Amino acid sequence: MELVSQIGGGVTNGLAYVGSLATLAGRAAWYTFVAPFRGRPLRLTRAFSQAMDCGVRALPILSLITFFFGLILALQSAYELRKFGAIDLVATAVAVSMTRELGPLITAIIVIGRSGSAFAAEIGTMKVTEEIDALETMAISPVSFLVAPKFVAMIVMLPCLTIWANTMGILGGGVFGVLQADFTIGRYVRASMDALILRDLITGLIKSVMFGMTITAVGCLEGLNTGAGAEQVGKWPPPAVGWSFFLVVLGDLVFTMLFFFLGG
Amino acid sequence: MAREELEMDRSDDSSSEPMVSLRDLHVAYGDREILHGISFDVKRGETMVILGGSGSGKSTLLRTLVGLEQASSGEVWIRGKNIADISQDEMDEIRKHIGMSFQGSALFGSMTVGDNVALPLREHTKLEDSTIEIMLRLKLEQVGLAGFEYYMPSQLSGGMMKRAAVARAMAMDPEILFFDEPSAGLDPIIAAGIDQLILELKKAFRMTIVVVTHELASAFLIADRMVLIDKGNVVAIGTVDEMRKSTQPRVRQFLDRVAEPEVARELDYLQMLTEDRRPADMPGGKGRA
Repeated sequence: MELVSQIGGGVTNGLAYVGSLATLAGRAAWYTFVAPFRGRPLRLTRAFSQAMDCGVRALPILSLITFFFGLILALQSAYELRKFGAIDLVATAVAVSMTRELGPLITAIIVIGRSGSAFAAEIGTMKVTEEIDALETMAISPVSFLVAPKFVAMIVMLPCLTIWANTMGILGGGVFGVLQADFTIGRYVRASMDALILRDLITGLIKSVMFGMTITAVGCLEGLNTGAGAEQVGKWPPPAVGWSFFLVVLGDLVFTMLFFFLGG
Repeated sequence: MAREELEMDRSDDSSSEPMVSLRDLHVAYGDREILHGISFDVKRGETMVILGGSGSGKSTLLRTLVGLEQASSGEVWIRGKNIADISQDEMDEIRKHIGMSFQGSALFGSMTVGDNVALPLREHTKLEDSTIEIMLRLKLEQVGLAGFEYYMPSQLSGGMMKRAAVARAMAMDPEILFFDEPSAGLDPIIAAGIDQLILELKKAFRMTIVVVTHELASAFLIADRMVLIDKGNVVAIGTVDEMRKSTQPRVRQFLDRVAEPEVARELDYLQMLTEDRRPADMPGGKGRA
């Protein structure tokens, strides 16, 4: 009975947390898409600065990791495809896997590590030092001032990073194709392009937008929920990281199932 | 500015119209009630000091006055509106007419001092950048920080940070200025400077000022009236002289800095424990085993 009660409590808390995330994301979306038409302009300078931080500065590490992932994927695919004399399909396997699944997911994981935890730490520190209270007493909404610019930056930059990650992954697979499977660079790229349909790219990009919203909401909510005292900010791994991983993978599962059953 | 001159001017411009009015205010964190029915008024142009020991509820009271905590019952009237019963937009409108200086300054670490001071002006006015620039320099000059607009908060001393926070709180020319522990963590000279600044602001702008503190010297210097809060209740309220002359036991204990009886007993117990208990025949022993 106690176990049932604990499970029930856990589910209730989980749903309450997801409700808080949805509320925060909803408010950030309001400040992003509605408020500018009601005389409350979006803070574009802050959004641009956030986009530089969470997007442009993530490019070197994202490029390296996705390039290696493409290469690994090609090696693993070739291991099986060689048995059937179908090593030419390596380009297809890498392109489809990266575009539909791995590109958005790896990008999200890297961004969680770089930016999700940074959002939580930044806002958590501001909470502890009363800067969030100061914003409120100046009649400035913390969601409008802090969360909305991050929200804009993430929903713009995550798809851009995902496209970049897809490209680097395909290039990584191309290295194997050229060295081991008698492809030329041009033929490998052409084979990859032929294997992809627009829907592959779009499903990946839709996922990446959802991941961006999830990571922003979790990072910012964890920051806003930080308790008193500096030790609360320095907890590692911060809850934002664990929750973001879980919710991104859960969202990925939901969207993959949705696209699968809708015939994607 | 001479202190005598400032003291003579005290209460000159206080009218009977209250700028802040509390009626049977109760505030609770969950099941725990912190404030148990607080009532008092702060008149226009008056400096009211809220005194109280640690954990007395004075900071919660201040946070409720600026809308950072929600009243569980009762009324909080600011500029003629009960903030316990208004929308967020109405609260924001009131907040444009009040300024708050936090205990830890709460300056935004990622912005220069100038940007911190200019932030409310950029957010709530349509002033040109050049005008905002002039205004922020003026505000910094008023708090004795002229030329520091390009400094980051981390490059300032504790006292300078407090002054910058006051400049930011004054950016919108508020009618009411709230201070949370303005002298906390500052050495006596810097703390005296902050007191002087508060007196000068009152003199120059005839602001209504509400200060939460437990620094008695500071409180007696800047206050027109004082209210003593203890365990979430108003114990005494009155002018500086009335408080000085008060014979109420709790007021006397606070002003005369007398420890709680149980603390005194604990100290006796500690003294007993640390007394030399070595037997008389041991070297250096006094034989009180």
